[in-house]
Amino acid sequence: MEPCRLLLVDDEEEFVTTLAERLSLRGIRARVALSGEEALQALDSEAAHVVVLDVLLPGMGGLEVLKRIRQAHPGVQVILLTGRGSDQEAREGVALGAFDYLVKPVHLEELIRKIREASKCNAMEKPWRR
Amino acid sequence: MHLLSGLARWVASLTRELKDFTDYTESPRRYRRLRRNMILLGILGTTLPLVLLAGFNYHQFQRAMKAELVQPLRILVHRTKHSFELFLTERLSALGFIASAYSWEELADEKGLHRIFQVMKKELGGFVDLGLIDREGIQVGYVGPYQLRGKDYSEQAWFQEVKVRGRYISDVFMGYRMFPHFVIGVERQADKGEWWVLRATVDTEKFNTLIASIGLTETTDAFVVNRAGVLQTPSKYYGKVLEQCPFPLPPVSQVPMVMETEDPFGREVLLGYTYSEFPSFIFMVVQPRAEMLRAWLTLRSELFVLFAASLLVIYFVLYKVTGLLVRRIQESDQIREASHREMQYTSKLASIGRLAAGVAHEINNPMAIINEKAGLMQDLIEASEFCPNREKFLGLTASILQSVERVRNVTHRLLGFARRMDVQYEELSLNEVLQEVIGFLEKEAFHRHVDLRVELSEEIPRIYSDRGQLQQVFLNILNNAFDAVEDGGSVRVITRQEGNQWVAASVEDNGKGMSEETMRHVFDPFFTTKKGYGTGLGLSITYGIVTRLGGKIQVKSRLGTGTTFTVLLPLRAPQTEGSRNGAMQAASGG
Repeated sequence: MEPCRLLLVDDEEEFVTTLAERLSLRGIRARVALSGEEALQALDSEAAHVVVLDVLLPGMGGLEVLKRIRQAHPGVQVILLTGRGSDQEAREGVALGAFDYLVKPVHLEELIRKIREASKCNAMEKPWRR
Repeated sequence: MHLLSGLARWVASLTRELKDFTDYTESPRRYRRLRRNMILLGILGTTLPLVLLAGFNYHQFQRAMKAELVQPLRILVHRTKHSFELFLTERLSALGFIASAYSWEELADEKGLHRIFQVMKKELGGFVDLGLIDREGIQVGYVGPYQLRGKDYSEQAWFQEVKVRGRYISDVFMGYRMFPHFVIGVERQADKGEWWVLRATVDTEKFNTLIASIGLTETTDAFVVNRAGVLQTPSKYYGKVLEQCPFPLPPVSQVPMVMETEDPFGREVLLGYTYSEFPSFIFMVVQPRAEMLRAWLTLRSELFVLFAASLLVIYFVLYKVTGLLVRRIQESDQIREASHREMQYTSKLASIGRLAAGVAHEINNPMAIINEKAGLMQDLIEASEFCPNREKFLGLTASILQSVERVRNVTHRLLGFARRMDVQYEELSLNEVLQEVIGFLEKEAFHRHVDLRVELSEEIPRIYSDRGQLQQVFLNILNNAFDAVEDGGSVRVITRQEGNQWVAASVEDNGKGMSEETMRHVFDPFFTTKKGYGTGLGLSITYGIVTRLGGKIQVKSRLGTGTTFTVLLPLRAPQTEGSRNGAMQAASGG
């Protein structure tokens, strides 16, 4: 199976780069985007299996980014991250087609499991094509 | 005056206490005092006018009754006086007529005088003798049982009085035949310058007849006394004729008067009297008061019974009404306090929710960074074989990650707080929910030898509620119960139906229990007794959920004995609440 390709989107650079480094230590290649716009550009230039997307982004909000990803790249699975009390947005996101959501700070193992599930579901139901 | 102002002050203090009754403390003493004050004011407000009214009535009645009783007595006195005066005037007139109708010669003639005397005795009666006295006071003619011819009266007082006043009536005296008599005399001034006096003795037999004729009742006594207080007629109760009358002489009055006094036997009597100028007698009628006032006394006791009965009725009603009123006040105070408390909780929960969302966000982002950095450190240390103090660093990072985990737990609970705003109703079995929750805890019960007794009633109906939220509720409560009991303690879970509208689930433990202070704050957010590991949110979340589900939560606890939490849930979902929530969701969703 093709190695899982991942895009991490969060405005907290410290968080997102460290997370990427930890994932790479576990053999998961992860690119990083610090804003919604950057994320969409990154997806346009190189596809990914799964996008881990922070809900609260400066500029274009997480949900807006989600909508655009679903439009432009319907095969990409999105896992939402939220640091907020109300999971209203997260659930809204799921309703909009996100795979699932997790609340920060996340357990790495849990995130990896979710990523695996997402990519598997991706592989099974909507085969990813370049 | 002093008394009145004191009373006014007291009443003012009572009413002030009534007005100031705004403290919501549930002290029963407060309500007892309120009731006492209401009763006292009520008693004052009813008794005072009633007493005044009764007193006024009593007084009026007494006056009217007395006037009514006294009037006949006056009339009796007047009649007695009148008949006596009539009798005496008649005798005097008869004597005066004889003195005027006959000449000196005719009267001085013994036979003539005798004949006249016989006619007088026959026609008028009561005359004992008749004498003719000349200017010098010598009795020149006499008809009668004694030898009194030639008796000299010139020095006697009565003779002088006749000379001055023209007529005379003596007091009663005991005659020679031991018979009470009195004497009357009239003067005669003839045309030829002759002057004489006719003197007659009258026995008092006629007096008794007179008194008998005025129609006295059994207990009424009538008699005549002279100005010296000597009885002129016999009295039924107060002595024979010529004995001293036991009553002191009353104040002089020509019109009939009535006074209250006490007779020598100690009886209260009404004494009716009047003075007569000529003859100078006092007419007296005595009637025992008790008898006269019998009707009045009956009326008085009836009045008193009526008064006492109405007071009793008023007090009874007052007692009952104030009891009811104070109980109502107490109930409404309790309701108000409960809703006040609930409002506080609700607003607290709402603000905590808002706060939680903000705090969670602000904390979670840096925490996520710490988490990842420490995780990376751990990863790197684990990967490198040659690292000085490897174990120590691993310990440190583990400790950091543990602390992050703790913060995560807190923030997640806070999130849960804010998250649990909307409810999804479904038909469910409370017993099933409980069994699911108990499933989580069975292992712990086994390890800690906690006697977990589950007594679920098969009878309880299915309810409309939110399964997930109920699980959270009972997990919280059961966790608390397990925390409260020692190893080997017991926890009991019971379900039952409560009336037609509710099902109840109770969790009972025999743990350490709670103080009253703890009980008061048990549902407050951030209130915890589990120092170090409790967030103080569990029960306040529980409370919030149960309230939102339309249920009620009750807690009973005694320090050292244990605690019972009872959750009451409605059979049906609270309609208005649910639809409102739905509307809100729809609004915020769109």
